[in-house]
Amino acid sequence: MRRVVITGAGTVNALARDVAGTVAAFRAGACGIGRLDVRDVERLSVRVGAAVANWPPEDLFDPAVAPLYDRFTQFAVAAGREAMRDAGLEGALGPRAGCIMGSAAGGIGTWEDSYRAVFADGRNRVSPLVVPRLMHNAAASHLSMLHGLQGPVFTVASACASSNHAMGLAMQLIRGGAADVIVTGGSEAMLCFGGIKAWEGLRVLSPDACRPFSADRTGMVMGEGAAVLVFEAEDHARARGAKVLAEVAGFGMTSDAGDIVAPSVDGAARAMRAALEDAGMAVGDVGYVNAHGTGTAANDRTETAALRQVFGDRVPPVSSTKAMHGHAIGATGAIEVIACLMALNEAVLPPTIGYRQPDPDCAIDVVANVARPAQVEAVLSNAFAFGGLNAVLALRRCE
Amino acid sequence: MTAEIEAAVIGILARQALLPEAAVPPDARMEEIGLDSLGMAEALFALEERFDISIPFNANAPDAAQFDMTSVQSVVQAVERLIAQKAA
Repeated sequence: MRRVVITGAGTVNALARDVAGTVAAFRAGACGIGRLDVRDVERLSVRVGAAVANWPPEDLFDPAVAPLYDRFTQFAVAAGREAMRDAGLEGALGPRAGCIMGSAAGGIGTWEDSYRAVFADGRNRVSPLVVPRLMHNAAASHLSMLHGLQGPVFTVASACASSNHAMGLAMQLIRGGAADVIVTGGSEAMLCFGGIKAWEGLRVLSPDACRPFSADRTGMVMGEGAAVLVFEAEDHARARGAKVLAEVAGFGMTSDAGDIVAPSVDGAARAMRAALEDAGMAVGDVGYVNAHGTGTAANDRTETAALRQVFGDRVPPVSSTKAMHGHAIGATGAIEVIACLMALNEAVLPPTIGYRQPDPDCAIDVVANVARPAQVEAVLSNAFAFGGLNAVLALRRCE
Repeated sequence: MTAEIEAAVIGILARQALLPEAAVPPDARMEEIGLDSLGMAEALFALEERFDISIPFNANAPDAAQFDMTSVQSVVQAVERLIAQKAA
């Protein structure tokens, strides 16, 4: 069985438009959450989010293809460009390379603009590019065209676990021999009027800040962006002398088969155990867990109980970086891999910012507010989605 | 007005909990009705639509809410207050 490593990373999120800036923000405990500036914001009851600022698509993309890019594709293409450059991969990679991306809402902004045109504005036609812009696979397909990825290419949709499922499948396909290189991660651009309005109805959004695991938390804050990672067979990477960022050592996925929104301790714990087993890791090997940590009461208590079930009274340091980059829904797991790579390679744990008050139901070390130096050999990254779908990655440091 | 609001609240809560209205007396406490979190969100939505009000309730901080959901009576009073605020 081939080992799988990460050889490149790229991201666009509310903290920064690249990996270096994002890592600097993680170290500093910066917050990307602010007041939203979306169309019709005055009709929203929730007006904060972690939006990507200073994003002029007309300056960032080839005008010949830019009209085909919904905002979620723009983020993916920009992050993919950075990841390929980081991996030292140029030109068309051919049939042994693929792309598996995650997205929960795909081109929701394009849906919204088109519905406004026909329903609100009474127009009788929409752009002929609507379908190719809004389809969930648009980001993966554009990445395939830009980088000549001619093997397995598709998009996975499992709500907030989308990018973890995408990366897990990418690892399994390389392990199984179906490809040598898979460009993978997630992309999301749900911070539009309709996207936020839909979430408002669930009454889980915070009106001000994201405070995971803190007793005074008031809910989750939506974010947006993308992260793209280059997954590669270790032998393939070593043969070309590539820099290796980490080993993708294991992946575990489970379903609660219970409730459509309420999380389950058992499903989350089983996914973490499955990832550890797949990676051949003992619980004592894990030096850091990047939590799902949405900042809702339901998630944080359930996740803490699951961590206790898996790690007993020796739960390693756990942080939720969502307090910094927001909950980027289907892209969040991929952005959180950037935080995990920082923990593994720079010996710094990213903090849970906004933490003010211990919650007896979440009595774990959450790396409160300030990044912490720590030598870490292995990490877990959790994603637990609506629909009861859990996906956990295990990463290991490489020399 | 109170009677009308009470009847509407009972009707909406009973429908969400899949109970006959007779099983939701005015003095019922919310935990006795057995709504889960999603059912509660749906009930609040139905009340907002029925009375054209906006209910301030965050599932993450139920105790801090300005909207007391401990019983049918407390919900009726809270809805009455929101309707009065709207008229003011």
